[in-house]
Amino acid sequence: MTSQIRSYLKSTVNPAPLAVFRIGFGLMMCFSIIRFWSYGWIEKLYIDPKFHFSYFGFEWIKPLETYTYFIFAICGLSALLVALGLKYRLSIILFFLSFTYIELMDKTTYLNHYYFISLMSFLLCFLPANAYYSVDNLIRRKSYQSIPKWSIDSIKLMLSIVYIYAGLAKINSDWLFKAMPLKLWLPSKYDLPIIGESLMQEHWFHVAVSWSGMLYDLSIPFLLFYRRTRIFAFVLVVFFHVFTRVLFPIGMFPYIMIVSTLIFFDAYAHERIIKVIKYVVQRLGFKSLKLEAISWVNKKPNFVPVLLTVFFTIQLFLPFRYLTYPDELFWTEEGYRYSWRVMLIEKTGYAEFKVVDAKKNTSFLVKNSDFLTPFQEKEMTTQPDFILEYAHFLGQHFKSQGHDNLEIYVDSYVALNGRRSQRFVNPKIDLLKINDSFEHKEWILPFNDEIKGL
Amino acid sequence: MKKMIKKLVLLICFVGLVIACSSSDDSNGGGNNDNFDRSGLLTNYADNIIVPAITNFQSKVLALNAARENFLNNTNQTNLDLLSDAWLDAYKAWQFVGMYNIGEAESFTSNLNGFRVYYNVYPVSLSLIQSAAAGASYSLDSDAYYAAQGFPALDFLIHGIADGDSIPIDKFTSNSNSQGFIDYLNAVQTQINTRTQSIVNNWQNNFRDEFVNNTSSSATGSISKIINDYINYYERALRANKIGVPAGNFSAGQTFPDKVEAYYKNDVSRELALLSLEAVQRFFNGQSFNGGTTSGESLASYLDYLDNSDLKNDINAQFNASRQQIQTLNTSFSQQVSNDNTKMTMAYDALQAAVVLLKVDMASVFDIQIDFIDNDGD
Repeated sequence: MTSQIRSYLKSTVNPAPLAVFRIGFGLMMCFSIIRFWSYGWIEKLYIDPKFHFSYFGFEWIKPLETYTYFIFAICGLSALLVALGLKYRLSIILFFLSFTYIELMDKTTYLNHYYFISLMSFLLCFLPANAYYSVDNLIRRKSYQSIPKWSIDSIKLMLSIVYIYAGLAKINSDWLFKAMPLKLWLPSKYDLPIIGESLMQEHWFHVAVSWSGMLYDLSIPFLLFYRRTRIFAFVLVVFFHVFTRVLFPIGMFPYIMIVSTLIFFDAYAHERIIKVIKYVVQRLGFKSLKLEAISWVNKKPNFVPVLLTVFFTIQLFLPFRYLTYPDELFWTEEGYRYSWRVMLIEKTGYAEFKVVDAKKNTSFLVKNSDFLTPFQEKEMTTQPDFILEYAHFLGQHFKSQGHDNLEIYVDSYVALNGRRSQRFVNPKIDLLKINDSFEHKEWILPFNDEIKGL
Repeated sequence: MKKMIKKLVLLICFVGLVIACSSSDDSNGGGNNDNFDRSGLLTNYADNIIVPAITNFQSKVLALNAARENFLNNTNQTNLDLLSDAWLDAYKAWQFVGMYNIGEAESFTSNLNGFRVYYNVYPVSLSLIQSAAAGASYSLDSDAYYAAQGFPALDFLIHGIADGDSIPIDKFTSNSNSQGFIDYLNAVQTQINTRTQSIVNNWQNNFRDEFVNNTSSSATGSISKIINDYINYYERALRANKIGVPAGNFSAGQTFPDKVEAYYKNDVSRELALLSLEAVQRFFNGQSFNGGTTSGESLASYLDYLDNSDLKNDINAQFNASRQQIQTLNTSFSQQVSNDNTKMTMAYDALQAAVVLLKVDMASVFDIQIDFIDNDGD
């Protein structure tokens, strides 16, 4: 067994796929940052709001007002350097740190695909992605003709984890039997050509798309892995991601996934891709250089495989942490994040906060729009940790204005997956007396329905 | 291998076609199987509800303008009373128009209360009005003067007593700044006239067609916009401003008898609130402005189509319950707040229950994004 592991760790492969992945990833990230900037979202999401929701334990990570642009600039530039393969180790680490900092600034903008990018860039820090076709090669005048097999396999594993867990998440009664939330989302896209008024309104179509989505997610890693089904699988990947892009406002995610999926193809295909890139680069006036081709030599002792084993073990177990909490996951959302539950539920909420002066026995209602952007308010009303953090913020705010003996209660309702709205948080609990922790939040009211499944 | 590549190319072409056809916001519905007539819904709202309400409001504004002129030509109590009547007529017509923060109206301001800031911000600022009358320079277009124009300003000018005067009409006769008050009255009226005219022109010239044709399902489509405006109006203008704020719900225990609508006239706040609620309910059920029980496609019928008749019935029931509560209140909300504020808070609670049904249940069923959020989702 250990000899098998050892020989696996020693085995090497052609470095082209990793190089193409590095270029694709770097370019897409650079473009993403530019796109984000061009939409004015840096200002809208990180500079304008008066208040930002923090991640547990990372409250010290805050936007830096106008210096926030600086972080985005570093992020975009380092992504470009990653694509070029210039000072790769430094630039990928910079990218990982700056991108993750951006994400940690405000929990409101949490997206599974941003989490994916953080993880992938973390992974890339430890992979020799500049071994081939990189500016670093030009500088060192050396190009590797082989890299460890596990470096490419770890990217395939990461992608497979995302898909498989996303598929497992769809195995629940709401998704498969009620066709929720697709049953809400598809009919609302009534203006799509040809299918908008017909197919998108049909119940059977909602059910079919739900099941297809689940089956696609679960099977695609395997279809990609086996040579005979690979091209067919890639066609499916393109179709799936383009279809979801047309339907939903999910930004760059589909394109990132399509480009990432190329890693499953063999070295020959990637060599051809690099030939195309070389052609374009030569047309731009850069001459190609002949470089000394060397073989990969494993460093001793190599801690990277151990680190990656720990990393992947965490990734395999993390999505299951919701099992340690009682009540319905989709309702309480305890353990919902970081588990590849992508576009899985529709939740709409309402939360009105009442600030009470316990001594004078007077109270007033808070206008959320005085403190939160519409986007923040939307995210707050359906997630209990946000409600709690906001309540504490309100408490501090009003205390600083001279109010004392404060208690804060919330009138909150949530509608989940097309159900009628139900009261969400216990209105009799003073939120100021509760502190956020990893323990179950007793103050969330029970879900008056059942969703079976994983 | 070649066959596979051919299939790949074909697929990409098909997919590219689909993207190309659906990339812009304003694509028209292209289906033949029109199970729900969204275009019909927008047409019903535009032609039978919105435009008639706005043109009716316009006619009342013109009558108000004439009454003002008449009063200034012959400044006596009789004509002031006639002006008051015309003001009330226009104010009542306003209740059916305030929610349509769309088209030209939307371009007036980015304030969360929409174009209502130029018509109905109350309580009005007496200091701004009186200093303007005394000669201070002002601009009714600036946000500093939202609280010194529109119907509430007219309310004060017609029914309120200026500093140093004994009766309302004094400000135009014996007050040392009488000319200033006359000028200010004219300025406020001109502002209402101009803005109303531009809204009417916009609807009658090109916006009605633009509105009806914008059947896009995106957040910039007419359906999403009009529903957002509707919910915003209900929550802020009706629930909070008319009842919640005076009742002290947003201020620790402190009630504000002076923050009611039509405070200076002081006996029509209930009538206006009931009209506002009627406008809200008629809009929901798609009932035409010019009376009659016939209704076209509406939010109510859309709920029926999406198998949510229960929700429709619950919403109507809550509107009815709110009406009943409001009808128990004094015709003057100021009096009600001073005498027995609990009745005000009960009316607030009834209105509040419908907010959840509209903002959570209905928005979820329609998959409407409340307050257009321009960001990636997941």
